[in-house]
Amino acid sequence: MRVEVVEQLREIVDSDAVRVSPNELYAYSFDATPLVQAEPDVVVFPSTTAQVSRVLALCNAERIPVIPRGSGTNLAGGTIPVAGGVVLNMTRFNQIYEIDEKNLTATVGPGVITADFHRAVEAVGLFYPPDPGSMRVSTIGGNVAQCAGGMRGLKYGVTKDYVMGLEYVLPDGQVLRCGGKNYKDVAGYDLTRLLVGSEGTLAVLTELTLKLLPMPETKMTLTVFCNSLVDAARVVEEVIAARITPATMEFLDQGTMHVVDDFAHLGLPRDVAAMLLIEQDGSPVQVQRDIERIAEIARAVGAADVQLAETPEDGARLMAARRSALAALSRLRPTTILEDATVPRARLAEMVQAVVDIAAKYRVQICTFGHAGDGNLHPTCLTDERDTDEIHRVEQAFEEIFRTAMELGGTITGEHGVGMSKMKYLPQRVGPGGIQLMQAIKGAFDPNGIMNPGKVVAGYQPQRVVVRQS
Amino acid sequence: MTSGQRAPTPETQRGPVTGSDAPERLKFDMDELLNCMHCGFCLPACPTYQQTGLETYSPRGRIGLMKGVAQGKLPIDEEFERNMYACLGCRACETACPAGVQYGRLIETAREVVEDVKRRRGRRSFTRHLVFKQFFNHPRRIRVAGGILWAVQAAGLQRVATKTGLVRVLPREMAEMQSAVDTVASPSERKRRPSVMAPDAGVQKAGRVGLFTGCIMDVMFYDTNQATARLLNKIGFEVVFVAGQVCCGALHAHSGEKVDAVELAKRNIEAFEAADVDFIVNNAGGCGAALKEYAHWLADDPVWAERAHRFVERTRDICELLAEHTPLPFQRRIEARVTYQDSCHLAHGQGVRQQPRQLIRSVPGVQYVELTNADTCCGSAGIYNITNWEMSMRVLDTKMEHVRRTDAHIVVTANPGCLLQMKKGIQRAGLADRMEAVHIVDFLERALGSAAPLG
Repeated sequence: MRVEVVEQLREIVDSDAVRVSPNELYAYSFDATPLVQAEPDVVVFPSTTAQVSRVLALCNAERIPVIPRGSGTNLAGGTIPVAGGVVLNMTRFNQIYEIDEKNLTATVGPGVITADFHRAVEAVGLFYPPDPGSMRVSTIGGNVAQCAGGMRGLKYGVTKDYVMGLEYVLPDGQVLRCGGKNYKDVAGYDLTRLLVGSEGTLAVLTELTLKLLPMPETKMTLTVFCNSLVDAARVVEEVIAARITPATMEFLDQGTMHVVDDFAHLGLPRDVAAMLLIEQDGSPVQVQRDIERIAEIARAVGAADVQLAETPEDGARLMAARRSALAALSRLRPTTILEDATVPRARLAEMVQAVVDIAAKYRVQICTFGHAGDGNLHPTCLTDERDTDEIHRVEQAFEEIFRTAMELGGTITGEHGVGMSKMKYLPQRVGPGGIQLMQAIKGAFDPNGIMNPGKVVAGYQPQRVVVRQS
Repeated sequence: MTSGQRAPTPETQRGPVTGSDAPERLKFDMDELLNCMHCGFCLPACPTYQQTGLETYSPRGRIGLMKGVAQGKLPIDEEFERNMYACLGCRACETACPAGVQYGRLIETAREVVEDVKRRRGRRSFTRHLVFKQFFNHPRRIRVAGGILWAVQAAGLQRVATKTGLVRVLPREMAEMQSAVDTVASPSERKRRPSVMAPDAGVQKAGRVGLFTGCIMDVMFYDTNQATARLLNKIGFEVVFVAGQVCCGALHAHSGEKVDAVELAKRNIEAFEAADVDFIVNNAGGCGAALKEYAHWLADDPVWAERAHRFVERTRDICELLAEHTPLPFQRRIEARVTYQDSCHLAHGQGVRQQPRQLIRSVPGVQYVELTNADTCCGSAGIYNITNWEMSMRVLDTKMEHVRRTDAHIVVTANPGCLLQMKKGIQRAGLADRMEAVHIVDFLERALGSAAPLG
């Protein structure tokens, strides 16, 4: 990057907000995605919308890539600066501007940590359901950019269901707003929904208006241990069929149970094939009734054991342990690769079994956990990045997993996003027409292609007819 | 600005660096580095990341840099040195890490690598040599320094020195911290110490304890060591002040002086073997964590591994041992609001969290209040408050905001460094008229009736 550009950046933001030392650039060359790394040319920490606007206008004029970043917990390579440029770190936007108890909305900066936001709204008896696994670390802005999911998706939906309005900055520096506090608003195209999950490829989000719910009165947690993966999937199907919608239905296979227990010391049984962690919330009467019925269903299906968490603290401990699953799995082998193939709920048993078969076929170790209630699985491959032969087999296995998911009517990514990792599978998922339309939308927002280049729709080249001359 | 796409592989960019030709980089345990999957769960636990918001000040970032160095992609240079020494070494990230990365060991290796390179290039500072080789390695010199400190205090020179600016002969940081130091014991008082203290009459015998007195601890907090022995006597332990014991080596290990640390470990193992004790008890969380690392330090040494293992098996923090002998025979009430600041190396390093709280709560009259983020470092971190003064004070000021909200009369700690830092923090926060920092042993002794009544 030209020295003058760095100087201009220094004039726009605070003096300590432009970082260019070799180690600083190196420390922003990765996020939580394994195996991918690339250094930016500069890391910038803006603290106002006006600064973001000026940085973007400068970069747009100079054709410099801009990669918005929160806490860097991305799992699809979404914040890797593959073409260098400016990592735009939004963590200084960490203010909760308003919690509107009359409209049940909150307005926040994108740098607010998700769990801090939970605490703030819960302190006034309100509830923000999206709870991605990394919520103690991740920022709300990152959650919105990725449309993060979490464990409550079955009953409460995901991040996109809670974003009501946005302030955002276009690459040319224009500051725009969409949506707001209206529960009904059909004025024009729904740009709010379009920007949610856009992975930093369209604009930079600078302020978010989020929907809140009243805090459920109570919740109870149930664990169901099963002798087979299919039993566990059947419990999920039967519960849904019985017209019960639990807040959470998490699935852990045996391998995952072992490592989670080693980390959290929960005293889980070692010999069962899988467990379900089920949580219901609501009024005490309804929660009690639902939990009892779920327990009955589980026993009828043939669960090895059904246990009710005795206190809310026990329940919270189980959920916290579940959140540690991914990182705990990484203890087993040097490299851990997590995916999030998702299928319609009713195909869950087939998908779980397919993962087992595919792992055996390619001789790779895959543990599976995930959000059984919404069909969102996390097959997690434990491998070693230094073993090129094994890594090749891992790639083949994942390719087959994605293919199987799509054959079952599922998708390549439920909540992690496309980023770099899923780019080559995206055309299969949305078709050539779909991807060309997405590229046209990208061009309308970002004609110079400076926003997070090399991600999401960047990988697709239209097929050309090549006439070969002999 | 390059416009072309770069290949997103681990082998990206960066031209030739001096990293790849530095043999020291091979010291890193690559398997342990790869255990970190950079999930970032450590970020909220790290005090320096909380202060700066910079990845280079986070455990994930530091491990990333170590990996870069180990792979020869980054040089071992001054920036790397600064990044590695900006870490408090509190190990809160280890508690937060679901992958079980042993960060404490990684940062020790990183600093060792930095010091090795500097030694090879002849760039080591004279002060450093003086401090580690000529001071901490020699118990007698530490005692002499303590004697001088005592004389200054006894003659009332401290205030004069501060007023006239004489303290400037000490670095500013030393001078600042000195204002938090209590009266140290006189050299003659220390000489009068018996080598064995028998259990109290009429109490059932519980065993024989070798007290690890610690180097700084024994000079600055001599009375706390004596109180520890008295406390152990009260519950039936015979206490031996083991001759020949030296500094635990923690400061050396944390500062990249591993060879010296290991030598000190061997001397301590020998000394305590000769004393034939059931338990080796210490009252300093930082020292205790190092003592418990001896088995790891000496794991590859065929002669010492087994001896180190036996040493570690018998090592206990005073709180661990006392908690096994509750209820303590309290004779006085302490009518006060009390909170507890974890010692990082007691909580994150040794996993001792409940015992000190349980002991404090067991004192009659105490109204215990939990401190928010009690297990976040206070910024003392061994000699960090001397080497990284400004960051240390930023961390401390954040800590004091939480401490202030407890409205406690007494802040109990379990490590001399933390105790000094909390005393300093109370001064800085302007709370000196209503709050005091006390070591847990001194606190318990107040309720056992053998110390001066509450002032």
